Order: sequence, then C-alpha cells, then structure tokens
Amino acid sequence: MLVYLIRRLGQSLLVVVVMATLVFLGVYAIGNPVDILVAPDAGAAEIARVTERLGLDKPMWQQFLTFAGNALQGDLGDSFVYGRPALEIILERMPATLELTFVALVLSTGLGVSLGLVAGLWPESVAGRTIMAGSILGFSLPSFWQGMLLIMVFSVMLGWLPAGGRGDTVEIFGGLRVSFLTWDGLVHMILPAINLTIFKMSLVIRLARATTREVVPQDYVKFARAKGVSRLRITFVHVLKNMMIPVVTIVGLELGSMIAFAVVTETVFSWPGMGKLLIDSINLLDRPLIVAYLMMTVLIIVTINLVVDVIYTLLDPRVRLAGTSA
Amino acid sequence: MSDLTTTAPRRKDTPLRRLARQFLEDRIAVAALAVFLAVALFTLLGPFIVPQNPYDLAQLDFMDGGLPPGSQSFSGMTYWLGTDTQGRDMLSAIAYGLRISLAVSFTSLILALIIGVAAGLAAAYFGGRIDTLIMRVVDIQLSFPSILIALILLALFGRGIDKVILAIVIVQWADFARTVRSSAIVERRKEYIEAAHCLGLSRQRTMFRHLLPNSLPPLIVLATVKIASAISLEATLSFLGAGVPITQPSLGLLIANGYDFLLSGRYWIAIFPGVALLITIVAINLVGDRLRDVLNPRLQK
Amino acid sequence: MTLLSVENLQTHFFTREGVAKAVDGVSFTLARGEILGLVGESGSGKSVTGFSILGLVDEPGRVAGGRVVFDGTDLVGMGEGPLRALRGKRIAMIFQDPMMTLNPVLRIDTQMVEAVRAHDTVSHAEALERARLALEKVGIPSPETRLKNYPHEFSGGMRQRVAIAIALLHEPDVIIADEPTTALDVTIQAQILAEVQRLCEETGVAMIWITHDLAVVSGLADRLAVMYAGRIVETGPTAEVLGAPRHPYTRGLIESVPQGKLHGARLRQIDGMTPSLLNLPAGCAFHPRCPRADAACRVMPDLATAGPRAVRCHHPLTDEETTP
Repeated sequence: MLVYLIRRLGQSLLVVVVMATLVFLGVYAIGNPVDILVAPDAGAAEIARVTERLGLDKPMWQQFLTFAGNALQGDLGDSFVYGRPALEIILERMPATLELTFVALVLSTGLGVSLGLVAGLWPESVAGRTIMAGSILGFSLPSFWQGMLLIMVFSVMLGWLPAGGRGDTVEIFGGLRVSFLTWDGLVHMILPAINLTIFKMSLVIRLARATTREVVPQDYVKFARAKGVSRLRITFVHVLKNMMIPVVTIVGLELGSMIAFAVVTETVFSWPGMGKLLIDSINLLDRPLIVAYLMMTVLIIVTINLVVDVIYTLLDPRVRLAGTSA
Repeated sequence: MSDLTTTAPRRKDTPLRRLARQFLEDRIAVAALAVFLAVALFTLLGPFIVPQNPYDLAQLDFMDGGLPPGSQSFSGMTYWLGTDTQGRDMLSAIAYGLRISLAVSFTSLILALIIGVAAGLAAAYFGGRIDTLIMRVVDIQLSFPSILIALILLALFGRGIDKVILAIVIVQWADFARTVRSSAIVERRKEYIEAAHCLGLSRQRTMFRHLLPNSLPPLIVLATVKIASAISLEATLSFLGAGVPITQPSLGLLIANGYDFLLSGRYWIAIFPGVALLITIVAINLVGDRLRDVLNPRLQK
Repeated sequence: MTLLSVENLQTHFFTREGVAKAVDGVSFTLARGEILGLVGESGSGKSVTGFSILGLVDEPGRVAGGRVVFDGTDLVGMGEGPLRALRGKRIAMIFQDPMMTLNPVLRIDTQMVEAVRAHDTVSHAEALERARLALEKVGIPSPETRLKNYPHEFSGGMRQRVAIAIALLHEPDVIIADEPTTALDVTIQAQILAEVQRLCEETGVAMIWITHDLAVVSGLADRLAVMYAGRIVETGPTAEVLGAPRHPYTRGLIESVPQGKLHGARLRQIDGMTPSLLNLPAGCAFHPRCPRADAACRVMPDLATAGPRAVRCHHPLTDEETTP
C-alpha cells in the first residue's frame, strides 16, 4: 500500500510539472510574453521592468526555471486589475467556489444515488421512467441555460429567490467566509447550488441505475435472498455497497469538473467565486490571474484524483489486494 | 436464467438490418431521430426559407426592435418568434445561429474523431512505448475538465470560430483514442489478427480493415454523445464570451445576448434560441441512448 | 414421512415472444433425510423448479399454478414475509457457481453473520461464533482468520464450502442444491460430494440435488427424477432408474455418460437439440428426438406409476431391452 501511495504521489507530481510546463509554454512561449504579462496600457518603463524581472533576455530553460522557482514560492505575478498578488486574490475567492461546489456535490451524490437506485430497482415503473427522462433532460441542457431558466422561473416569474449575489456571509474558523450559515446567504445559494447540481446529478442517476440493474440479477443477490435476508438489507448493503464503488470514483473525479463548471454557474448567478473571477480576468486580459487560477485548479484536481484513487482502493477489496501485491 | 434457453429459429438478416430494426422498436428514439433530421434539414435550408438575413443591416428595421412573438412588422412581415432589440427577426437569427453551432460542432467532432481514432489504433497496434506515451497523454488530458481546458486555450489564443474548433478537438480527441484503443486491443488478441499477420497483410490494412470495424459500435455511441457535448460546449463558451465572435453568433451567443433582457421580461430573445439548442441536444442524446442499448451486447436478451 | 411435496407445479415466463412454460406440471415428494436427484439438460426446468419452491423466480417468470406443501403449509401464494422467514432457516439453497454466489465486496463474516441474524436475534459475537463453527464443520482450515477474508481470497472449492456452511447455519430441514459441483474441478467436485454426503448423514437434512450430470448423483441420491422440457419424464429409486431406465430419454442420458468399465465402448449421444420452450413439439416433447416415437406420441402421455417408479411414455422400455 505504501509503495503504491508513493508511486501514485510521484505520478501526481509529474502531472503538475507537465501542466506547469504547458502553462509556461502557453503563456511565455506563444506570442510575446511581455504582451501577455503586462497590462495592455502599460508604458515603456513597465515593459522594461517586467522584461527584466522575468529575465526575458535569458535562454528559454533559464526562464522556465525562474517561472517554476517563483511558482514554487507562491509567486504567480501581480494582477493588473487589483495590483496585488494574483494567488492572494484567488485564495480570497476560493471559499465561495468551494462552498458552492461542496453543497452541489453532496446534493448530486445524495439525490443521484437515491433516484438512480429507484430507477434501477423498478426500471419499468412510472417513477423509474420519469427519473430517466428527467436525467436525459438534465445532462442535455447546457448548464448556463438551466441557470437562466431557474432565474426566469424562480426570480422573475415567481419572485421567490434572488437571482444573483452571495448574500450575507459569516466568518467561521477565523476568516473563512461562508453563506450557508445565514438565512440570507442560504437563500442566495439555493439557485446556484441547484444549477451546479443538476448536470452531475443526472450523470450519477444514470450510473447508479446502470450499476443497480447490473447488480440486482447477480447470483449473490439471489443467494442473499435465499439466506432469508430482508429486501431492505439486500438493497442497502448488497446493492448499495457494490454501487458505491463506481459512484464514488466517478463523483470524486467529477468534483474537479464541478469546480471548473462553477465558472458557468458563478457567471450566470454573479456568484463571487474564483470562476467568476476567471471570466472577468479573461475579459479584462488579466493574465497573471488566469495563470494563478489555472495552477490552483490543476493542483486541486490532481489532489482530488489522488484522494479518489486511494479511497477507491480502500472501498474495493479486489483492487486493494492487487495494489498491495503489485 | 441459465436454465431457460430459447433457441427459436430467427430469420437471417444482416447485423445492420437487425440493429436498425431494434432501434426502430423504440418509439421515443424514432421520434428523436425524426426531430434531429428536421433540425438538420432546417439548418441546411434555413437561410432560404426564413424571412430575412439577420446580419444584413439593410434588412433590419430598428423601429421593430424588441417586439414580442407574433408581432407584425411595419412592412407586413410577421415576427413569429419576436425580434431582438435591433429589430432582428429571432426565427431568422436562430436559423443562422443553428448553422454556426452545428458547423462548429460537427467540424470539431470529425477532426477529433480522425485524430482520436488514429492515435487509439496506433496505441493498440504498436503497443509498447508508443502505447504508453499516447495513453499517458490521454489520461492527463481526461483528468482535466473539458470546460477548463477549452477556457484556458481560448484565454490564450483569443476568440474565433477556428479557435473554438481547435479547443473542442483538443478536449474531445482523447475519449475517442481511449475507446478505440480498448476495443482494438480486445480484437488484437484474437486469432484472426495473427492470421492476417501471417498472411502478410500490411499493417495499415490490418489496422483499418480489421481492427477499426470492430471498434465501430462503441465509437458510434461515443460520437453521438460527443456531438451533443460539443454543441453544448460551444454554446457555453460563447455564452461566457470566450467563444465565437459577435459577427458570427451561434445559439450560445444569441442566448447570452438575450440574457440581459430576461430580467426585464423580454424573455423571447434568450428563450427561443435556448429552446432550439435544447431540442437539438435532447434529440441527439435520445438517439445516442437508444444506440447504446442496441449496440451493447451485454444488454441483448 | 413426507416433508415436502410439490404438486402440479407450473412456473411460466411471460416473455415478449410468448409464454415459456419452464415448469409445466411437476410433482414429486421428498421425505425427511432423503436425497432426491433432479436430473435434466439445461433448459429442462430443473433449476426453475428449485427456485420456485422458495418463491425466488425472477421476473418475467412466476409460479402460475400448483402447490408446494412444506410441513403442512402451501408455500405458493404465501406472502414475502413468511417465505423470508423460511428461506435459509428451514429450507436453504446452494447455488451453481461459487464465484458468483458470494458478494465480492463484503467480507465472509458479514455475509455469514447477516444470515444468522436474519432469523435469530443474537448478538454479533454469538453470530460470529456460529459462523466460525459452521466453517469448521465444512472443513475450512483456520476459520477464525478466514472469516475476515473477502470471497476473492478463496479458491472455488473453498467458496463452495463457505456457501455450504451458510446453508447449514440454521440446520435446515431441506437443502436445495442447484448444480453445486458443476463449476468445480473434478477432484474438488469429489471432495465436495464426499463432504456433502457426510454432512447429510450427520445432520439428517433432506436434499434436492439438481444436476445435469448423472455420474454425480448416482452415488448420492436415494431417488431420481428426470426432467425434460418442463416435465418429469421418469422417477424412481436411483439404482432402479439407472439400472433399468424406462424412458428412452433417460436411457439416452445414461448412455452418454462415460463409464470406466465399458472401456472402448462407443459413447452414444441423443440426436437433435433441446426444443425451445416457446415452441414445444405437440404431445411428448421428446418425440422428435426419440428412436421409438410413432403417431401415438403426438398426444402427451400421462405419468404412469408402477410401484416406486413412474414413467411418462407411450412406449416405455422393458427390462429385457435395457439389460445388456
């Protein structure tokens, strides 16, 4: 297990290095790096300062080492718009995104697994068919478009819920600002959370249904029935445990994609997270912020993938054995 | 039921005909296919049947701006789906927008398919280091969300139709490569590939005449799923302002333009392009769903 | 004394292509401590018969008629609750493929403890102890540590022993064994058979041993019932049926089993294929494959009883014909 962990950790580091290199190549090697890294309206003095700071007169490999060295120390450049370190701004905005993503993750897993289980156990029933039709709609509708419909129905037509913003927040653990602990914040969070939930929930439903349908006719389910085990226990122990292996894997891997898709939700609902920041930065050509966002997200996703892999080996005894012996 | 074997004689028919028959058994899938064909037809013929060219400023009447669906223009034309703030007929705008959306997504799909299939076949056929290298790239690629990769590319290169296509191709080729590789590897282990080798057939011939056809079923299913997600991705990118340029608005951009008017009650500017987008994607996904069931040997009873 | 009697059992599968009568009027009895061999090819309905007894037939199949009287109560139409209380407690099952019968993601102790506690309100520790004893009884070495293992850490034979141990947990009156040795290597098969024989003698459990392999049941079963296309075509004491089969199908089955003493003798096969249940020939379902068939066979023969034996055939074989 330890050997496996170390090897897996090494792979993750490699991915980060590869991505950092690609970012470096993308930002520094394509086009004029100075154009990309200074504000468009910067004067000659600014350009000269940046050129010198980045050491653009030096050979490419040396530039790369400087970039990597700075990145390792958390220095990804200053934002043009805010005039402060880009990483600092990203870190400020991150809690809002993570909070939204976390809520959506819990919702999509919980609802997805239960609905998928129902659809899998009774595929021909009205409930089962409705759930499947709903899930097709759910992953067919582009998420920005779902968000707009939610706003139109619940904010414009019914006037029940706010259409944007984060509402009141409170600080917990000394500095972490969260919405879900205030009523106003919670109300503001409902629509964005639903928006971010629907797409992933639809995927989880389909996966959960497919696995349920695969597990139910298995001999071991019939054998459990022949043992006299109740249906309830068969469903919640035998079927669910088998189903959770692929579901946890997929949900875990999709967490990264949820953080990325928060870009869309945050834009539609003006949610002040780092996704909204990215879109604003793209529109304002604030490149250091784009780089900082990218590096941060890469780091998060690589970490998630690593954790999911470990959880997966813990969940599935067959893999666990293979992992230790390998 | 291991004990219940039905060996009823079936009439002989080609695999393709059997698939078509099974596909047609599902009414919803047939309806979806019909809807998709109608959308495709509308996309091809749209510019010839809609009342105006929405990007010919001479044809627009600013006085007709923001009219609700069903209004009459000054010159007696009916705006069935209303107009946007510049007096553009929404039906015409949708017809042109759909063309761009579908052109972008189909072009990217075909390119991604070609690259992915080539890479996947090469990985499966040559194995060894080439396989490891290609699959490592695929793995890294797939571990990052498509929207993130696309956004970064567009942030670096700027917006434009060609750049959107490039972004979608880069996002999507890896899935094709992985699918083709896994089914081709299963086939490669079978004896007839050995036999083809012994007969002295060339590598290209083995790859394209023997490995590829057997990878087709999963590839077809994947392609339908991917075309829907390409349409969706393009719309999302355009909505975020990182996609197609304003001069060539796709459905996504039309929706984005209408978004500002949604809160003021002029819903039709955003809703109708959205409905067109929705119908297209849902139809494709339903067809894909049915294809998956029909082509999946495990679900065959 | 009759413990279980199956009377005119009908189990039908309602498929889109039509109704498949997988079990069509099967009757037999089982006495306490008796071992009945239920023999037939795949598709003859023998496994479905086994599942029907416990109400474990999956959709689209269902028991459409007949009675299954166990210890004085009819199990057909009994609610899921009372049936569940019976399953594993008084009537246990062992399945064909030990690779598939144990849940791969649950440890052996979980799967055994849940079987104990499905019927008896005992503490976890006590259930665990009973599981350990059961494993010991079926000859699994160091059961204490093996309980903590997952199914994939056992060999096929060992898994089948675990399944047998689970079946024995509640000391049932009847065990329905659905081809429990088919998926095993021949040497393991012999071990399991010997084990089962010993356990049957020790516990006095009655057993329905479902198989397609006459060689397996010949030394084990007290009586045989041969099934073809959903019906019983011949029953009787094992030695009599094997020594002097009455039904041409039974003889075909016997002749297709390789026998050591007939070295060099040609194996015979039964011509033709098992008919589709959706499209059975009229009358005796075996007649298209039967060398003795004539026009009379287009009418379904009754099961004619003579002493302990019964045969469903218009032209049964006589003793002279079957003795070589």
